[in-house]
Order: sequence, then C-alpha cells, then structure tokens
Amino acid sequence: MTNTIADIETSDMILVTGSNTTENHPVLSSFVKRAVLKGKKLYVIEPRRIKLTEHATKWLRPTPGTDIAWINGMMHVIIKENLHNKDFIENRTENFEALKETVEKYTPEHVEDITGIKADDLIEVARQFAKAPAASILYCMGITQHTCGTDNVKSLANLSMLCGHLGKPGGGVNPLRGQNNVQGACDMGGLPNVFTAYQLVGNDEARSNYEKIWNTTGMSASPGLPVTEMIQKAYEGDFKSLFVIGENPMVSDPDLNHAKKAIANLDFFVVQDIFQTETTRMADVVLPAVCFAEKNGTFSNTERRVQRVRKAVEAPGETKQDWEIICEIAKRMGYEMSYENSQEIFEEIRSVTPSYKGITWDRIDKIGIHWPCPDETHEGTPILHTAQFTRGKGLFHAIDHTPPAELPDEKYPYILTTGRVLYHYHTGTMTMKTDGLNMLSPECFVEISSNDAQKLGLDTGSMVDVSSRRGKISAKLKVSSKAVDGTIFIPFHFAKAAANELTNAKLDPIAKIPEFKVCAIKIEPGTV
Amino acid sequence: MEHNIIVINENELTFEPGETILEVAQRNKIDIPTLCHLKNTIPTTTCRICLVEIKGEADLVESCATKAEQDYIIFTESSKVVKARQKNISKLLASGNHNCAIRDFDTNDWTSFQLDVLKNDGKEDLCPVWGDCELQDLAYRYQVKTLGMPLNGCKYETERVNPFIIRDFSRCILCGKCVKACREIQVNNAIEFGYTGEDLKIIAKDDAALKDSDCVFCGECIQVCPVGALIPDKAFRDGRFTDTKKIRTTCSFCGVGCQMDLFVQDNKIIKIDGADTDLPPNNAALCVKGRFGYEFVASPERLTKPLIKKDGKQVEASWDEALNLVAQKFSSIKEQFGPDSMGVLTSARITNEDNYIAQKFTRAVLKTNNIDHCARL
Repeated sequence: MTNTIADIETSDMILVTGSNTTENHPVLSSFVKRAVLKGKKLYVIEPRRIKLTEHATKWLRPTPGTDIAWINGMMHVIIKENLHNKDFIENRTENFEALKETVEKYTPEHVEDITGIKADDLIEVARQFAKAPAASILYCMGITQHTCGTDNVKSLANLSMLCGHLGKPGGGVNPLRGQNNVQGACDMGGLPNVFTAYQLVGNDEARSNYEKIWNTTGMSASPGLPVTEMIQKAYEGDFKSLFVIGENPMVSDPDLNHAKKAIANLDFFVVQDIFQTETTRMADVVLPAVCFAEKNGTFSNTERRVQRVRKAVEAPGETKQDWEIICEIAKRMGYEMSYENSQEIFEEIRSVTPSYKGITWDRIDKIGIHWPCPDETHEGTPILHTAQFTRGKGLFHAIDHTPPAELPDEKYPYILTTGRVLYHYHTGTMTMKTDGLNMLSPECFVEISSNDAQKLGLDTGSMVDVSSRRGKISAKLKVSSKAVDGTIFIPFHFAKAAANELTNAKLDPIAKIPEFKVCAIKIEPGTV
Repeated sequence: MEHNIIVINENELTFEPGETILEVAQRNKIDIPTLCHLKNTIPTTTCRICLVEIKGEADLVESCATKAEQDYIIFTESSKVVKARQKNISKLLASGNHNCAIRDFDTNDWTSFQLDVLKNDGKEDLCPVWGDCELQDLAYRYQVKTLGMPLNGCKYETERVNPFIIRDFSRCILCGKCVKACREIQVNNAIEFGYTGEDLKIIAKDDAALKDSDCVFCGECIQVCPVGALIPDKAFRDGRFTDTKKIRTTCSFCGVGCQMDLFVQDNKIIKIDGADTDLPPNNAALCVKGRFGYEFVASPERLTKPLIKKDGKQVEASWDEALNLVAQKFSSIKEQFGPDSMGVLTSARITNEDNYIAQKFTRAVLKTNNIDHCARL
C-alpha cells in the first residue's frame, strides 16, 4: 500500500475494486465501513454483489475482465469535465498527452457497451473521485489475476495520478496483500529478478556486494523463472528439481491437471511444510517445519509495516525452524551457513537491505515500523511518494482495453471467477483444522444467480458438474444474491472440488500471474 | 483567556476541546471505573458506573458523556460517588446470575465460599470468567454485598448452538458494549437491543441464534464483554486457575498483520485476543480466522518427522538421512543439469528471516535466480 490502513478512515472517497474486503481482509474492511459511518463516500466496483456493496454509496458492476475500460472511462470523464489536477500532472508526472489521447475514445457510452456499467454511474463515480479532497483506491486480486493484470494496476495508478491523490493522507493506490508475509517475501528477494529491497540481480554493483557479504562468487546475473514458468518448464521436461517451502501449489495453482503432470516430471521434489498437503504427498522428501506460533522473527504487512512474530509454544516432535533446515542443507552442500538465532539473520538483512536498514528488533518491540526506514533515527515512511516517485516523475501509461484470454461461448456459456470465503484461508490446510470454521463453511459450492439456477432447473443444494476446457469438478449449487447472471463464483480452498482444475493458466506477460478471475465454464446436473 | 484546564482529584489537567472527563482522566492514568464505555464509540451511559462529582453541581454526572469544561473541579472517588457506584453495582449484580460476590469478604473461608458459589450457581462449574470479570472486580473494589439479594431468574436460555461463541443471557448486564463493538468498531451490524422493559435482550436479527444471523463470528463482542455473558466455547473451560502466559505476536493469516495476544496454558493456545486498542494496525480488532482459527497449531496431524519416499511410499526418516539425501540430490542435479534446472518456491507464510535464508540459499548455493513464491496465486 502507498498509504496506511489507518489512513483509509481519513479518506473522503474510497474506491474499492477487485477486493472482497469483508471476507478477505475483514479487519481492514472495518476501516472502510467506519469511514462510511462518518459520512465518507464509498464506491464498490465489483463483478459480485459482495457484502461491502451494502455499505456502499453505489455499487457498479463491470463484466469480469473489463477493468481497463471503466478506468479509462473515468479518466475520459475527468479530463473532459476539466476535473483533473493540472498542478500535480505538471509537476509530478509525464506522458499525460499520450494518456489523454488514449482515453479519448472511452466515452461513457462506449464503456457501457464493454463493461455493462451505466454511463451515468460512471460519470458519477468519476466526478466524485476527482472532486474528493483525498480519494483512496483499494484493490486486490480481482484487479491483478488477469492476463492484463499489470495493465489494470497501471491504469489505477494513472487514475490516482490524474487527480493528484498520491503522496497524501487519505489517498493512494493500495493493494491489499492476501497473505501474512507476501510483502515480506517480496521485500526479502523471494522473487526471480531481485535481491532484497528490489535490487536487480542484473545490477553488477548489487550482485558483487552480495557476493562479498555472502562470501561466494559466480552468482547468476540473469533473472530466474517465476513459479508459473517453472511449472511450464517442468511440464516440458526441462526442469529437474523443485524445493517448495510452505506452499500448496497442487491446490492453488491454475489448471491443476497440467501442474500435477509438471511436478510428476521432476527428478527430485522436496517440500517443507507443517502438514501433509496435496503437494507434500507428491514429494520425494518432506521436511517438517514449525508454524508461526513456534518461531521468532518478523512479518511485513500490507502497509509495509515490519512487525514482530514471537514464539508462544514449543514446537511438536522433531520439527525445525524453516531457516535452520535450509542452513543444514547448505552446509551439507559445502556452503557454511549458520546463525545463532533469527535475530542474527535480521541483522544481516539490515546490512544488505536499504529500506530495512533503520529497523531493529528493539525498535519494533512494541509497534512496527513502515519501510523505507533508512537509519535508526528515521521513523519510517507511512505514506510513499510524498515528494517524488521512485523513478522521479510519475509516468502515465496509455493503455487500451484487452479482453480476457478465454470468454464464454456456446459450449462454455458462463464466466467463472474464483476467490476465498471468510471462514477459510487459501488451501485450507490450517483453517480446516478448526471445527467451528468447518461448521461455518463445510464444503465447496458453486455460487449462481437465481435466474441462472432457474434456467438450469436447479436449486441450492443440487449437485452439479462444472467443467472447463481443462477439467471438471462436482460440487453443490448455492443460489446467492451475491451472484450476477452469467458469472459463477467458486472458492478455491477445497481440494476435493478444486476450482483450479477449471481455471486458465494463461499468464499476464509481465507479472506472470494467471487469469484466475475469468475463464469459461459450463454447468450440468450432477451425475453423483 | 482560554486555558482548557480542569482539576481532577486535586490534579490540574489540560484538556482538548470536546474531550470528555473520562477521556482526560484515562489519558492521565486516573482510573474511573466503567462497564459500558468502549473507546472510539458513542457513549450510551447504560452502566452508570463512571459517575463523578463536579464541585458545585447537585447531581453526579456520567464522565463518559460529559465534556470537560474550563474550571471544572472533579472528584472521582468522593463518598457521594462511591455510594452511587455501590448502588448501581448492586443493581447490576441483582439483575442476573452474579452470585460470585456472595461471600462476606472473609478471605479465610475460601472453601465454603466456593461451595456456596457452586450451590448458588446451580451448575457444575463456576462462572467461566470468574477472576476475569469487570463486574466482579468492581463488587470487590466497592465492597458490594449480594448476600440476601434475590437471584433473578433469566427467562432466556443460554445459547450453545454456535461455533466459537456461547451466549449466557443470565449473566448479561445489558451494558451494550457488544452492540457498540459490532456496529461501531467492526460494523458488522449483526446484533442490537431487542424487546423492551423486562424483556430487554441483546439479539441478532429476528432473535435468531448467531449462527443463523448476519454474525460473522469476529468475536469482538466476546473481547469487550465485561462479564461472563459472551464467552469463547473453548477458552478457560478447564484449568482456569493454572498459570497462563500471554504472548504478543502478529496474525499469520491475511496481510493486514493484526497484533494479537496468544494465551498459552500447558504449551497450548487456549485463547486469542486482539492487542491494545491504541496499537495499529488493528486497534484490538480481529476476525474469525485470527481469533478462533488457531487449532491447527496443536493439531495431531502436524508433521513431526522427515519423510523420504521409498518404493513409492513416504516413510519416516532421521533428519540426517533426509538432509543428506536432499543435499546430495541437489548437488548432483546442479552438476549434471546446471543450476537453472533447479528452483525454489519460498513462502508468503514464513518470516522475513526464513525468506531471506531461502533466497540466499537459492542464489549463493544453488547459484540460480529461480526463486519465487505464491504472491500471484
């Protein structure tokens, strides 16, 4: 997030899109709902009639996969009505003319044709966004999990810059991170192209600095493969070993049948986890690790706040700390890697990570600090880009709408979109161990509108077979007011009816993120 | 000239315009007891415990709802205040099943006290929040005796059909804190005051059980309940009197990073509360997963030993055997097929320290940049 969670409540207008906030970020959603109680405006732009729409000033419903169109449409209205922030554009950005030219054709009527959002509604939200003293954009995987995911995000950044809503309290472009330490995993260089703090692996200076501190030579200068491409290479037989830590891709990956074949192709597959999962069961070696309540360390949250994790209970059996296991493997491969404890590792992180340099365990004992925090007297950075952007001036990207990779047709007439429910987390390996959560959400379901259910002659509880070009699952139908005609939602938590048997593994060309949010399916009465 | 100064118990204190007397006191660590006040919500003055005396004013005022004004001279524990509090505490004790204060303040006779309580309670166990109840604390602090007070029966049966939350209406003092937490903090709008007069009750929509209502089981209501009316179905069931450790940590589910306190007994988490109301990012709030979804930690299904696949079946192995096998296989694949034929998926679930070590291993030992994690999934 460019801004903080607390900052949401100070916003004058909040635009939530591609985020089922009350179910996926429940505590953060309270900040949004409280802002509404205080009289602030909330616009929700979502394919499903999610709970948050009940709190919204207005809900706008785009056809899944048409986000660039409505964002461009908003910008069209804002420029046409002369509501854009000329000072901000002049002083802080570049390439405005190209943007202006591109959005010229996105008239509200044209946008209505593409997205289904009524022209008047689009004009209203555009005006509200531009006129608000501070407007905040909150988004999540509904924006990113598309073949045009990167362009979707750039479009939201365009919109925010156009109105000068960046770098100030109550504004910002705020992605909500879905996993406890997804921010930290990225910050720590758990990505194919960067070391910690996003220093490029291709940067000779950064690499030689790392080689010095790590006491090694010959590190690779070329970016590695993202997970989705590793899987593809394994499928083609060109990948030999994979070491998976605390992940269950055999439920969470797109197009699971393809992914399973890929993993089976590997010469050697190691998984480190706390439970047996669909993924560990395929492993040649399974290494038992400890869970969050058994370790000391830090997580970095969605607002870039580095916070302490503390050991509360002794770990079971012979389990080991994740870092300890990896160090043991390194040692046995001839590389000396040993630490007294995780705090010593954090000290090494600080020494190679400019944005974490000023953060110490002592300083965050009571309250976490937002990176960047360049030195120990620095208080951290709750709001990014207050004076300038990382690259200097903010660059407008002129982007056109592109349709999803797979659209409904006669054979597969419905759009499938996937996500989570409130009561489970990801592939359920943790939440499904709590009876109460299973009671509240016992099994997979196929969320459908009452119109669509009627057309099929089926009702809540009917078993249905859902199939796409890639796979088929069986689950119970659930008629819901959340569903809109033509769009089906299935949660991806449940291995027994894994939504990812159906999803499309087509990737965004830059972020390599799969298009989980749109693919084509058909629904037939169940055979079971 | 405006000074914005009030005097509380002979201390001169400054106040911000709009601040209540209670807020000024709390900011200055002056303890004014209250049962219904919930920070960052609108005061409802239902409990009438936070009464204070303003010099020159005939009536006591509720400090939670009275704004500080220039030259107020306030007493928070005058005899008039104490008497009023005793009366109001006594009313609350009489309003329901609050027999824990029946003893006549004779600490020597512990056993007969307990027996009396059990007898009076008519139940197998003591009140589940015995020793952790704000009303009980106040009864002791102000020496309010319930001896001889009639025990009012409760017409509403305890609701035990829900996951996670037990609602014992016989112990509810109708302070409304849970309603404020639900409607003003979490804004889930699941519960409200229902019926009137003697029938007054905190209800979900249509007076349904929570599990059949709009309730999303965030448990904020349990956390703010000052008495034993709302209790987690697992916590403190046994071993209420054994030592409990409290450890502050960060939630391990979504990316909000809620700060929370794990309550641990005998190496087992028995309860989780949101941390302080002043502590970002969550200001003491939690969701259903964070508060109740901790059973995986002590699950008997946890992996506890390394496993190695032999003849197509995974069998238990020693760490040495497993680690040596992994190291040897990685080394030979690296040599035979090159570093870029290998990859590591680190995790958005593990710590920064763990992640750092994973990428160090990938880059410095395997010598490839094929490292990624589940950010995209």
